[in-house]
Amino acid sequence: MTDNTVLTSVAIDAGSALEAAVKGRANILALTRAAENAVLRPRDPGPWSHALRAALAARIAGLNGAADLAARHAAEAGDFAALVHPDADGAAQGLAAVVAFMDKVAMATRDVTADDIAGLQAAGVADADIVRLAELNAFLSYQIRVIAGLRLIGKAS
Amino acid sequence: MSKVITKFTRNVPHWQPRLTPVDLAEATEDQLAALQVTPSNTKVSDYLLTLAHDAESLTVRSPLFNAIMYDAGGMSRAERELGALGASMVNHCIYCAAVHAMRHAQIEKSTEVTDKLFRDGAGADLDPRDRAIFDFAVALSRAPSEAGPEHLAALTAAGLDAAEMLDLVLSAALFGWANRLMHVLGDPVRQPETAT
Repeated sequence: MTDNTVLTSVAIDAGSALEAAVKGRANILALTRAAENAVLRPRDPGPWSHALRAALAARIAGLNGAADLAARHAAEAGDFAALVHPDADGAAQGLAAVVAFMDKVAMATRDVTADDIAGLQAAGVADADIVRLAELNAFLSYQIRVIAGLRLIGKAS
Repeated sequence: MSKVITKFTRNVPHWQPRLTPVDLAEATEDQLAALQVTPSNTKVSDYLLTLAHDAESLTVRSPLFNAIMYDAGGMSRAERELGALGASMVNHCIYCAAVHAMRHAQIEKSTEVTDKLFRDGAGADLDPRDRAIFDFAVALSRAPSEAGPEHLAALTAAGLDAAEMLDLVLSAALFGWANRLMHVLGDPVRQPETAT
């Protein structure tokens, strides 16, 4: 995927104040796209394949009500497409602990405790792979909110 | 023993990882590059060593973070800190809230705003511009769907232009990211000895 997800997702009117503002932060939009590649399509994915990452990204977007972003990520979810649905608990894929962790970090961040990390460790997830999950989750939170925020500015200006 | 901090404070705690950070002595070339370790800069925090487990993300994160919080133009640095603080209070990231409340107070040379927010919570009595900025950051952080046209109308009424609004979106959204690392991967603690 080579286009910029944020810019593709937000219809920015030509000549608008938002268009000028976004041009002024072109470096940030480019870095945002690089960050998406780092979490969704890393050279070293560890145990979390690109397809699984896309499925988890789509799931988080869906939980946040971002249906179009969810569809965009789901298109790359391959064999893990079932996980996009919020009712899927990951048990069928052997990923119940991972899915529960991702849902909690995405939607109930403030309630996450040391027990949630210990639970993943107990489920056999290596420390490096916990960081990878957290980065994917954290980036999605950012991407969803940047898109939502830009749309609001576009409507207001 | 160290005590986990559970209340908002401007007195920045020590961040204690919940998992084992990368051992700098065993770091790969990619990890060292992501950490920007050089012969003259070998001091690396446990937080960055934890994030170094995902070197590709860390490599992008640092320049993106700096650009959103410090690049010239647009919304003021203090107001970007307020956006960061709104997100961090929603997500109850004690460490992030402490760092960015402290920076806000330093830039403003006043603890008034952050004193009020920590004492009275999100409903604290702020001036109309800070109120509009903080409320938008809180709404966007709770759930993207909670931020609506009424928040944008308040920002417009408070005098923010589109470039400033964009910086507010970016700083609040960035802390949705930062909080999900800091608050999830470690604990804010007070250590008996002075942390360096």
